[in-house]
Amino acid sequence: MARAADVISVKGLRKEYGTPRGTVLALDRIDFTVGEGEFVAIVGPSGCGKSTLLKILAGLLPATGGEVRLRSVSITGPRRDIGVVFQSPVLFPWRTVLDNVLLPVDVQRLGREDNRSRALDLLALVGLHGFEHRYPWELSGGMQQRVAITRGLIHNPAMLLMDEPFGALDALTREGLNLELQRIWLERRETVVFITHSIAEAVFLADRVLIMTPRPGHIAEEVPVAIPRPRPLDVMAAPEFGGIVRRIRAHFSAKGGIEA
Amino acid sequence: MNGLRNPALRVAILIGSLALWEAAVRALRVPAFILPPPSQVGAALYRGAVSGIYLQHLWITLAETLLGFALGSAVAFLVGTALAVSRRTEYFLYPFIVMFQSMPKVALAPLVVIWFGLGLTSKVVSAALIAFFPLLVNTIVGLRSADEDRVDLMRSLAASELQIFRMLRLPSALPFIMAGLEVAMVFSLVGAIVAEFVGAEAGLGMLIQSRNFSMDVAGEFAILFILAVMGLLLNTALVSVRRRVLFWDPSQKSEANAASLKGGL
Repeated sequence: MARAADVISVKGLRKEYGTPRGTVLALDRIDFTVGEGEFVAIVGPSGCGKSTLLKILAGLLPATGGEVRLRSVSITGPRRDIGVVFQSPVLFPWRTVLDNVLLPVDVQRLGREDNRSRALDLLALVGLHGFEHRYPWELSGGMQQRVAITRGLIHNPAMLLMDEPFGALDALTREGLNLELQRIWLERRETVVFITHSIAEAVFLADRVLIMTPRPGHIAEEVPVAIPRPRPLDVMAAPEFGGIVRRIRAHFSAKGGIEA
Repeated sequence: MNGLRNPALRVAILIGSLALWEAAVRALRVPAFILPPPSQVGAALYRGAVSGIYLQHLWITLAETLLGFALGSAVAFLVGTALAVSRRTEYFLYPFIVMFQSMPKVALAPLVVIWFGLGLTSKVVSAALIAFFPLLVNTIVGLRSADEDRVDLMRSLAASELQIFRMLRLPSALPFIMAGLEVAMVFSLVGAIVAEFVGAEAGLGMLIQSRNFSMDVAGEFAILFILAVMGLLLNTALVSVRRRVLFWDPSQKSEANAASLKGGL
């Protein structure tokens, strides 16, 4: 189902790891596309190869077979137009919040002065106005992750990859940040690939949820989420939300799924 | 309970121990060439300070120590960096380094004095040799300690290896490097004094030895006191530099590391 405006297209992606006990197939026959401005969530249990997939999308790992294209150019290594947000904020403690946000600008020599005001605007957008000159260790975990999101956006990437960005936060902070992310996304309409092991989080945020099953990692089903935005938190109690969650969960429940 | 911070008690304990030492030496009639009472050490300290003899030798030992520290640290940092970033360099150099490391460096002091003479150079070289290892090891470990997620982040931004080194590996290594520098400073002083023992025209180490020959044990104690103060001040200077440089490093691990390593020599 390739569309004209596909930002990412993944075809027949395969990843094998060599281990002392032979090769392990981590990802097999992965096919999907992500359209311009689309928010796609990939949901799966731990060890299903989600993070491997993300590292391949980010150009940090080579694929064994198949191809990954970003704006129809094959991804063979790290690129300047990808923003990544990891599970931990991965901030540099010797840099202030503003300098952390400007890290991609420094690395890619985009001009500090030109991007400074953009960085301040983005920080205000994520609710960190006034914290520019603080250091990461002076901030709470949720605030640190907002800094990481801002850093992921500063260089105007073609896509934002998010690898369980809220997985290490407590449930309340996590809900708050889900709302926040939705608000930011509605304002900027980035193309986002969001990896998570929380079904509810995936359904709440995404236009489309890709269900990933383990051993080997494979996309079992694509589930569209046709719930209008902005979605309030209590949408999670709505019947249509519950229906989608149940449909996804069926893949992972003990014997009810299509594993193997 | 504010007993942990009690400056008055600290001073009282110090004075008490000195008084005990004085009383014990007098009561047991210990000869002054075995253990002089603190009063005689104080007198020797005063005489030397007034005559200017300590200051004259102190400058020399201080210069030897600082130059040796600078030389040893600079070379250690460069070699450590080369070893940390290049597996090839490591492969060819590491066997020599391990061999050199397992040798007691003070045993080289006589050779160093033969090669570089009785003057300043041999002391600087000796100090540098001893200061070299703690910083070398810490530089290697430090440069390799960069968090993998942070390396991935830099890579995902298409950063060059040089950028990763400058923006990530080097700052990540700083806590280790600062700890290594603290040890290197103390070791430099050891290296300078040992080389002075072997053969020197001036310096506090030479002065200790000449007083030893003339059985001026109180005079030796006075110099030991000066050396202790000197070591303390050099260390304090480095600690204040570290506090400034590593303001972002909340774990004071480097302090613990430095302390445990310093016990080694």
